[in-house]
Amino acid sequence: MKWQNEPHMVMISVREKLMKGVFLVSALFSVFALVTITAYLLASGIPFIAKTGFGQFILGTRWAPLADTPSYGIFPMIVASLYVTALSTLIGVGIGLFTAVCLYQFCPRKLVAPIRQMVNLLAGIPSVIYGLFGMTIIVPFIRDHVSPRGVGYGILSSSLVLAIMVLPTVVSVSLDAMRAVPESYYEGALALGATKEAATFRVMLPAAKSGILAGVVLAVGRALGETMAVMMVIGNSPTMPKSLFQSVRTMTSNIAMGATEMTGDAVSALIATGVVLFFFTLLLNAGFSLLRRDKTHEGRKKKGGGKSWKP
Amino acid sequence: METVTTEQRNRRERRFRFGRGMFRALRGVSVASTGIAVLALFAVIIYVLVGGAGKLSWQLLLGAYRGDQVSILPAFIGTLELVLIAVVIAVPIGIGSAIYLVEYMNNKGKLVKIIRVATETLAGIPSIVYGLFGYLVFVVSFGWGYSLLGGGITLAVMILPVIVRSTEESLLAVPDGFREGSYALGASKVRTIFRVVLPSAAPGIVTAMILAVGRVVSESAVLILTVGMVVNLVPVTPMSSGTSLALDIYYFASHGYPNEAAATAVVLLVFVVCLNLLAGGVGKLMKKGMGET
Repeated sequence: MKWQNEPHMVMISVREKLMKGVFLVSALFSVFALVTITAYLLASGIPFIAKTGFGQFILGTRWAPLADTPSYGIFPMIVASLYVTALSTLIGVGIGLFTAVCLYQFCPRKLVAPIRQMVNLLAGIPSVIYGLFGMTIIVPFIRDHVSPRGVGYGILSSSLVLAIMVLPTVVSVSLDAMRAVPESYYEGALALGATKEAATFRVMLPAAKSGILAGVVLAVGRALGETMAVMMVIGNSPTMPKSLFQSVRTMTSNIAMGATEMTGDAVSALIATGVVLFFFTLLLNAGFSLLRRDKTHEGRKKKGGGKSWKP
Repeated sequence: METVTTEQRNRRERRFRFGRGMFRALRGVSVASTGIAVLALFAVIIYVLVGGAGKLSWQLLLGAYRGDQVSILPAFIGTLELVLIAVVIAVPIGIGSAIYLVEYMNNKGKLVKIIRVATETLAGIPSIVYGLFGYLVFVVSFGWGYSLLGGGITLAVMILPVIVRSTEESLLAVPDGFREGSYALGASKVRTIFRVVLPSAAPGIVTAMILAVGRVVSESAVLILTVGMVVNLVPVTPMSSGTSLALDIYYFASHGYPNEAAATAVVLLVFVVCLNLLAGGVGKLMKKGMGET
């Protein structure tokens, strides 16, 4: 094979190998970035947690990094983060899921596309704008009309803001999931005598549940990780949450609050907070992929045939 | 044959009625939810536009920042630099990564799985954690202090998963026949990728890029920790500290400039909405252009 040794051909084959290498390096960049992020966070966070004491740090209830005898307990913030995430997901997923069902089935056809477009647009609105909205509309409203003691900042305000923020994600993911269910399921249900409503809620919605679950996980992730919007409406006192209307602080807002004005140990404490937050998100992602894997196994065992509905 | 007593029949009838009523009620709930959702989302937009449009002024937009005379000119320049840095870094890497996964590995194999897990994990990391990472690496380890370059690189890592994922989808949508035709004409793999596959996938890739720019413009938590929120100085080089539009809104809102915050929110909202419309429009336009030629 003589032509393979011609200089032109050699150049081409070198170029091929070179470009493949370049693409491989770019592909590995994500892995590299993830490893670097994890390494940096752990290297700066773990020694601090070890020094403070794991129990002290996670379960301690006093956060006073600038006091004479500094104390670093982030338990109140973990609790606040979980409260805010749970409440906002509950509201956001509740409303979002029903909205998706409505767009899928009950809404006049002409309205579906415009509403969908608007929802997509809202997914792109910066979180600080939601924060500003919460700060100037929701917080005063809650202070004047809802809160028993005239405090607007707190878990309820931030959960409402976050619920609005996660709505677009929940609506579009759930709607896509429902649209992916074969039409024949619906027709089959109607043929068996189900009303349109029953077919939608008893057949289509359960059939779309794994897609909907993905949307819920995204919503939880966003609520748990959101910083600016929460920081602007939650009040940011590092106290133990005892009521919905009380200034508290989440893990994310703790990091952002402290970051600009601290040095030394206090910064390590923030990074350690970041490590805990990072751990929570990893847990969420891992739980989700485990759940998904279970589902595919189950599906394979049943050969995709009988889809039974379990609540 | 099964005999059904009157009582049983009545019970079934009641249950049927109840079930029908319940699902009707759920339908009502879903319509009401849609109303609430649309209303809430509208409220945000209307509030920002109505509340802020009247407070815009030339001084705020383009004036010099002097004492109480605030301006978002430094934020314009900061945002622009951040977008440029993030896009210049993330787009080539993202596209290269997607090409490797789709064109070379066929989306199969252990390496692909590892890369996929890494991208998915990156996509799930909260932005404030990216901020901490940027702070540790660029501000502290590299000794750059607060800088636009550090912030831009951190943002690039953050938008990378989005770019990889959507480029992959665009590449997968290119029919295999295109590739085979190119090979049949004697083109090499690399030539095929650059001359045939990428141009066909271009509309999707450009749309993804514009959406990624939107994310950079919207982000603020990362920047608080990496570019330093210096609102009053126009950044000179990429190494200077600076601010962005989103960061300015937070600064104004929390430092006693509510009117300026509202006005800046209008500017940012208009930017983001334009980017979104552009993303939809450009994709369609490019597809149309290709169909005609």
